[in-house]
Amino acid sequence: MTSSDDDSNWTMEIRSRSGWFDIDLSELWRYRDLILLFVRRDFVAYYKQTVLGPLWFLLQPLFSTIVFTVIFSNIAHISTDGLPPFLFYMSGTVAWTYFASCMTQTSNTFITNAGIFGKVYFPRLVVPVAVVISNLITFAIQFGLFLVFLASFYLTGSTIQPNVWLLLVPLLLVQMAALGLGMGILISSMTTKYRDLTFALGFGVQLWMYATPIVYPLSQIPAKWQWLFALNPMTAIIETFRYAFLGSGAIQPWVLGVSLAMTILILALGIVLFSHVEKTFMDTI
Amino acid sequence: MSSVVIRVENLSKEYRLGTISHGTLYRDLQSGWAKFRGNEDPNARIGSINREQLNSINDRFCALKDVSFDVRQGEIIGIIGRNGAGKSTLLKIISRVTAPTSGTIKIKGRVASLLEVGTGFHPELTGRENIFLNGAILGMQTGEIEQKFDEIVNFSEINKFIDTPVKRYSSGMYVRLAFAVAAHLDPDILVVDEVLAVGDAQFQDKCLGKMKDVSKGGRTVLFVSHQMSAVENLCSRVLLIDTGKIAADGPTREIIPKYLQKFKTDAIAGDFADRNDREGTGEFRFQKVWLTDNQGNIVDYFHTGERLVAIQVLLAPKHDNMEIRAIVTLTINDVSGFRLIALRSEDLDQIFTLNGPSTLKFQIHRIHLMPGIYICNLFLGRWGGVEPYDFVENAFILKIEPGFFLENCKTTSFQPEKIIVDYSIDYEQIPKGLKDP
Repeated sequence: MTSSDDDSNWTMEIRSRSGWFDIDLSELWRYRDLILLFVRRDFVAYYKQTVLGPLWFLLQPLFSTIVFTVIFSNIAHISTDGLPPFLFYMSGTVAWTYFASCMTQTSNTFITNAGIFGKVYFPRLVVPVAVVISNLITFAIQFGLFLVFLASFYLTGSTIQPNVWLLLVPLLLVQMAALGLGMGILISSMTTKYRDLTFALGFGVQLWMYATPIVYPLSQIPAKWQWLFALNPMTAIIETFRYAFLGSGAIQPWVLGVSLAMTILILALGIVLFSHVEKTFMDTI
Repeated sequence: MSSVVIRVENLSKEYRLGTISHGTLYRDLQSGWAKFRGNEDPNARIGSINREQLNSINDRFCALKDVSFDVRQGEIIGIIGRNGAGKSTLLKIISRVTAPTSGTIKIKGRVASLLEVGTGFHPELTGRENIFLNGAILGMQTGEIEQKFDEIVNFSEINKFIDTPVKRYSSGMYVRLAFAVAAHLDPDILVVDEVLAVGDAQFQDKCLGKMKDVSKGGRTVLFVSHQMSAVENLCSRVLLIDTGKIAADGPTREIIPKYLQKFKTDAIAGDFADRNDREGTGEFRFQKVWLTDNQGNIVDYFHTGERLVAIQVLLAPKHDNMEIRAIVTLTINDVSGFRLIALRSEDLDQIFTLNGPSTLKFQIHRIHLMPGIYICNLFLGRWGGVEPYDFVENAFILKIEPGFFLENCKTTSFQPEKIIVDYSIDYEQIPKGLKDP
């Protein structure tokens, strides 16, 4: 125990879970191959197991859109800012679905991966990051469907006006991924202690959807409540997304700014909590 | 002397037993609200004075206590000890699966740990895809795996089925592929936990050989096992862990006999009512064991070939008036943990209804074991259920002394074999002119 000559050059030091900011994101980059392999696994495994694989992804937004169109437009007569209701709902649904699936699928990271996490070390964030990327594939399929409908409405002389805001769409996507990831890992860190959060989540996602301008336009919200909607980071994302493709909406730059700030805050909080929990969650699960 | 590659300093790991919080947000909020209003906590355990105090007294379990040791480059260290001694906890901390409560481990070089073979294998993916996935999970880069791909496939001996989904593999093939990936990790430090317990004997030898090669290349191996023969074969140094502390640390040939000796003195006493390294729900538990000869006299050992001996065990319920329906199994294993014999009530279509303290008598009509030391496990299973009532591994030592199995032929204790049968060898010369039979 006294040989002091080799007390330097340790490549790694394992110590007790100490601070809250003991986070090493560069490690995530070193494991980028693993992230891609997880994405591939999810994709291959999914398609090998289902006959209707991609078809199912198409049916899901289509059904939601039809249901929304019938209930909220045809029956309840809620305004769609003068846009074709079908496209109005579909744009919201497709974008929301990506966010919601990122959030729900990353929210059980610790519980569903307890087996593998208990046997081998790799940066735990690899798993939720891979989920977010996997979901991008689903999104691409659904987004393609949306583009088909968009084109057909456009060519048949509808009033929609795709515009320069389209340039923001990739950024919106990144923001949705970041927000979904942030929320998901925040929840998954808490589910290691509070199992009942899992049940609350399904309900929470529904509520959140109705608190976001998906089945109604932001313009329908009274001015005195606009600030409240601005606090919901998804509001700006959905409104901007819709505005970019359809050319109608009530988005203001400051709302986008708030949304971005909220996203960064939630993601940072998620990463801090996740990194704190990952070191010892195996003892409690 | 080669340099230190792992330095473990004052390592401790505490587990909290029972509840840390109530496990649900609802209950925690309820308790918090009650506390806030000055009411009694509705979720407090009845009779508990104070949760803080309870935690500090009863609810903690020290899996490792202030463990320190150094490992030098190129050493193959065997870590042995009873179930629940803390071996696995130590490996888990070195593998970074969980963090220690206090103390540090400093490591030089890349660590690969094999706490299980085939971690992350996906049944739907092919062997090829799983090699890449599993390799990456264990810390290899894709380029590295590509380089070693052919070697891995050859080692696993499943060349033909490499593009078949692993769900179609036999369990042997699955394990071979999984080990092949792990064996080609080329880490500086390899941490292995009992994975050799799987696979056929030939493949096990191959794995042991591979691990030896690994250390010849200047790499360091930490190896946890119950198989004394494997540890003896592979390791130059042994750490014996007992109740979370290092009980002995030294050359293999010194420590293993000590371990078996300790085992012997602990277990031959035959009274294991106080042992807590057991599994099961505990409605009924094995209390002690004794051996009797054909006259019913209590003896310390049996002889090879001895007839009508019995192993008797005492069972006691946790509370009075408890009645269970149970099956019982006694297994006899060699010192490396390899199972030789099992006496199962189930195989005799016997289910026991136990009510109050009882004894069970395993009558053995003749001893077919060669002289030596054997380790016995006792299992009290739930009839029609999964979770056993009680399961004591290494419950007691069965000692067999030389005896007359064949007439006029006394067995000796110098033979390596474990089992003997009735046999004779006849000689007959084939008359000239006749063909081979």
